[in-house]
Amino acid sequence: MIYSLLVLSSPISGHGSRNAAEFAQCVIARGHSLHRVFFLDTGTLASAANCVFPQDEADPLRTWVALAEQHAVELVICVSSALKHGMLDQVEAARHERPGPTANPIFTVSGLGQLVDACANSDRLITFGG
Amino acid sequence: MAANGKKSMLIVLRHSPYGSSLAKAGLDTVLATAAFSQPVDLLLLGDGVLQLQPDQDGHRIGQKNVGRQLSSLPLYDINHVYVDAEAVTRYNVDISRAPVDTRMLDKEELHQLMAGYDHLLGF
Repeated sequence: MIYSLLVLSSPISGHGSRNAAEFAQCVIARGHSLHRVFFLDTGTLASAANCVFPQDEADPLRTWVALAEQHAVELVICVSSALKHGMLDQVEAARHERPGPTANPIFTVSGLGQLVDACANSDRLITFGG
Repeated sequence: MAANGKKSMLIVLRHSPYGSSLAKAGLDTVLATAAFSQPVDLLLLGDGVLQLQPDQDGHRIGQKNVGRQLSSLPLYDINHVYVDAEAVTRYNVDISRAPVDTRMLDKEELHQLMAGYDHLLGF
């Protein structure tokens, strides 16, 4: 079965974002296909490259990076939400004359069309947060 | 599945218009889905019915008017806007003056509605 995920929760408030990452791992472990993870609204903060967590707390970014590196999971942050939350890739940072990128490069910045595409091409679309 | 083989989608708005940015995120998703010619209907559930309040003025808190965005839905060929009748009564929303035409559904009808789509997206 083909899954896609929509993440609306902030990674630093509640557990929606963490649940999404763990669900993604389970989808893959069970042999399903994970088409895309789309981050919208405060969910885009999952891409924050400069967050610093205390040693006794899990760094949520690490789980997403592992998913992308080990299983080639496509991680997409919504451009309009990302800009409002200060999550810029190299291109957006240059375009808006900001000092540098703030989003981890494992995430792709793109539009809501990627969410529409994920719905059209997945058997299941699971929303986390909201 | 819609008649043309496309996946049908119901977007469920469950939050008040200005308490968070979720209402805006949900409406943006509705409009984007319609812009890509995918079948999409809208349901305002629970606190979400507050998005239908007439005479909204988001400008005074530095935000775009959610009501105005709702009123533009027919321009995107989004013609099915459903609303939770029980919540409308609870919040005493004047649905006759709402920014968009809606169809009121009771609890049983809501269950039937939600069972009929390929995807439900909750905001």
